[in-house]
Amino acid sequence: MRELPAAARGYIGGTALAAALCTAWALRLDPGAPWGTALALAALYALGERIPRCPLLGRRLPDRTRSGGATGWTSPLVLAGVFLLPPPLAALAAVPGALLAPVRPRAATARRIWHAAEQALACGAAAAAFRALGHPDLATPRFPLLLLPALAAATLYCAVLAALDGGILIAAERHPVRTAWRGLLSRGQARYLVHGLAGLMMAVLWRSSYGPPAALLVLLPMCLSCWVFDRCHRERAAHQATIRALVQAVDIKDRYTRGHGERVGRASVMIARELGMAEDRTEALRFAGILHDVGKLGVPTRLLRKDGPLTPEERRVIELHPEYGHEIVRGIGFLGEARAAILHHHERLDGRGYPYGLRGHQIPEFARVVAVADAFDAMTSTRSYRRARPVPVAVAELRKCAGTQFDPRMVRALAASLHRYGWDPDLVTAADDGPGATRSGNVTPERVAGRAGEAGGAAGPAPDGRGDRPAGTVPEPVPGTAGSTRWGGGPR
Amino acid sequence: MSGTRAKPPDPRRAGRPVADGRPHAVPDGPRTAGRRAVVIAVHTAAAALACWSLGRTLWAGLDRPGIALAFGVLIAVGELASCGPAPATGPGRAPEDRTAAPLGAAGALAYALLGEAGGRPTTHGVPQTVAVVLAAALIGVVPQVARGRGTAPDRLARRVLTTGFAATCFQPLYNTGTLGSWVANGPAYPFFLIGLLALTTLCDAVLAATLAHARTGWPYCPLLRDELRALPGIGTAVCATGVVIALATAVAGLWALPVFCLPLLLTQFAFGRFAAVRGTYRQTIASLARATEIAGYTPHGHARRVAALSRAVGRELGLAEPDLDVLEYAALMHDIGQLSLLDPVPDGATAPLPPAEQRRIALLGGAVVRQTGVPAEVAMIVERQADPYPDQPVTARIVRTVNAYDDLAGGAGGPGGRLRALERLRLATAQDHEPRVVEALARVLARGGREV
Repeated sequence: MRELPAAARGYIGGTALAAALCTAWALRLDPGAPWGTALALAALYALGERIPRCPLLGRRLPDRTRSGGATGWTSPLVLAGVFLLPPPLAALAAVPGALLAPVRPRAATARRIWHAAEQALACGAAAAAFRALGHPDLATPRFPLLLLPALAAATLYCAVLAALDGGILIAAERHPVRTAWRGLLSRGQARYLVHGLAGLMMAVLWRSSYGPPAALLVLLPMCLSCWVFDRCHRERAAHQATIRALVQAVDIKDRYTRGHGERVGRASVMIARELGMAEDRTEALRFAGILHDVGKLGVPTRLLRKDGPLTPEERRVIELHPEYGHEIVRGIGFLGEARAAILHHHERLDGRGYPYGLRGHQIPEFARVVAVADAFDAMTSTRSYRRARPVPVAVAELRKCAGTQFDPRMVRALAASLHRYGWDPDLVTAADDGPGATRSGNVTPERVAGRAGEAGGAAGPAPDGRGDRPAGTVPEPVPGTAGSTRWGGGPR
Repeated sequence: MSGTRAKPPDPRRAGRPVADGRPHAVPDGPRTAGRRAVVIAVHTAAAALACWSLGRTLWAGLDRPGIALAFGVLIAVGELASCGPAPATGPGRAPEDRTAAPLGAAGALAYALLGEAGGRPTTHGVPQTVAVVLAAALIGVVPQVARGRGTAPDRLARRVLTTGFAATCFQPLYNTGTLGSWVANGPAYPFFLIGLLALTTLCDAVLAATLAHARTGWPYCPLLRDELRALPGIGTAVCATGVVIALATAVAGLWALPVFCLPLLLTQFAFGRFAAVRGTYRQTIASLARATEIAGYTPHGHARRVAALSRAVGRELGLAEPDLDVLEYAALMHDIGQLSLLDPVPDGATAPLPPAEQRRIALLGGAVVRQTGVPAEVAMIVERQADPYPDQPVTARIVRTVNAYDDLAGGAGGPGGRLRALERLRLATAQDHEPRVVEALARVLARGGREV
């Protein structure tokens, strides 16, 4: 309790006091009040909160997220209490479970008190609303009519929880008032409506001739549903990790490109947002940026780490990396358009790029975006042979090459986005000197090879010979950017 | 060195499915004929039951058509929302098949166990139950057929037979009033229904395992064990849902269906998404695994071959489905550590390297695998590739032996190469390879290197 700010302590204390007053009302109920039902529900809820592993699946149940009410599969139980019990008892029935529920270790006591208080208030309010809206008889349910008060009560339950949660975010975690409530209501609304229907079913069955055992059966599918959602969530996180592992596999070979993919992904997203692309395409573009150099896996390590000039033959091998990359990600269905971006991110608008020498709008849109993002990050990262260039210089360089090398539309979009959200070059290139950050140096294929690539012919047009080219037509080692993926103010 | 790797990947090789490395079942020999007879027998029984039910129902007309329609819609919606088995789950995924339409299954069971609706007793018998369920299920699969996914006749047959079983156990008892004299409408009634459904799902599991065995020829016991192991999870939920729908309809009338099915649709939706996410995940893992091939460290198709063969050997040794998944991931990624080598090992065969080097590669591979978010067991298997087999878990032994076999047989192999490779593995059973695993591999190879 001590580590909480005074405002939070006051807020929790006030809520707890209100909840206590609400439950104290129970003492003034007439003797015929359903104390037995309340006791049974309270015990079940407490039991449900204390079961760490699902007895049927033998696996861990989903962890409770954040603060908030009964988040998992037990919330139909709480809502059944709302429908079955008078307000003070409904509030009381929710208290033991909320007190016993697992919480994060920091300020655990305060969290427990807080959960119990907000649960009690929300349940009391919802039960009062359910009774106020006609107090339907659950033993002989008349169905379409019964839905209205039930759904209203569930909505009120959710609304009270959201309102109280927003308050604690402001008081304890110092969220700004403006954003504290954002998303709280909409996130919980659908779930509590659905759980409200399940709770209603529980209440109806509880009062029917079949009794409480039948009502408890409702919990089983809810439990399963929560478990599946949780697994879904975990699997998705694992999938993201695997995508990153693909990039990290490149890092094993070529230590100097660390963080490059991640940054190119973010710059691509900036461009996509500026162009107003749909959310799913933006997401695909992020993956295209992250994975654009994955084909370096196919380039021999010795070549990537080579000190000194590259022969035309070696250049040609390195320039195969877009094709290798395409070959690797070919089987990943969800990448969609991003696969084309990986294949074509070294094409140039004037047709002198590789691998296919496409020109203009033959180049897929995603590839044009990634090309600009790639060049931008290459210029604004620190190399061993030169410091990172400031953002305005890099943008000017991009503008200079717009039309010949880059799509002017993408360059404009990036410039506009940078202007709006800024970019902190110190953060971007904050050097976390890994091993070899100093020894890399000198391998800048574009610098060494210059026009040699063009002379070689077979490799397709290579760099445009300008001493310090902006775009990486060849994979460029970016030294010493390990792990720094924090950005200035990217768009959220 | 660069010369050998300068060749760009041939795009014409692209057509082959990558994510699904498991081979398909191919029929061979007299045992297949016997197994096919089992499938035909099951299908014939289901068809006979269906025809009889349809005929009787058409002859006698529908009893309480409103209820029949409501349940029919429920089952059809459940089937429609399921969208069939996820594309990435290959032929070897019998247990996930069951989760394809939990709402449809629950609705069918509920209709079979429906005693009264809104306080009034129903009188639909077994034939009408089967007929309604069959018609709804058929309507539900129409979009799948239209999309060219094909039907799953096994699933339909199972649905018809289990529904018939549950209805036969319940409806005559109820309609004659015998049930009312036993348990009345009291608290014991739900327990009776649960017991009945438990029996039904048990029969369904046996039937599913039999069909899977007949289709694929995998050992029967692990299949049945997988089916039974999956029962407490999804099976219980389907049973509980069936009972709840039946009871709620008895109390509240047909309104109970939409009220309670909304939460369940959500569950089903979650299952669908889960399957989709899993599918993409497998694809990504397979792509990561191919990185070593494209980098020229391992021969083409090595990871996929080792994964398929490891799965087959694991199945031969009676591993359960979750272990097989772990085994497959580990087999796919077992060579990742080689990416750290400056120069590729000849043919990607790590076996001739000094043990310290092998261990270093294995540890590096484990480090990469840990980043991928696959279960920790997978990373552990990759890390312990170079250990002597008594220190390894059985899954790591399988990957090690199969990997060595693929290296030795040189991919294409031919009969002579295979036998020589097996012989060398047998000679190395003192320290490197477990005899049991080598023998299982030999048995799998004798059947043509397939899971069949």
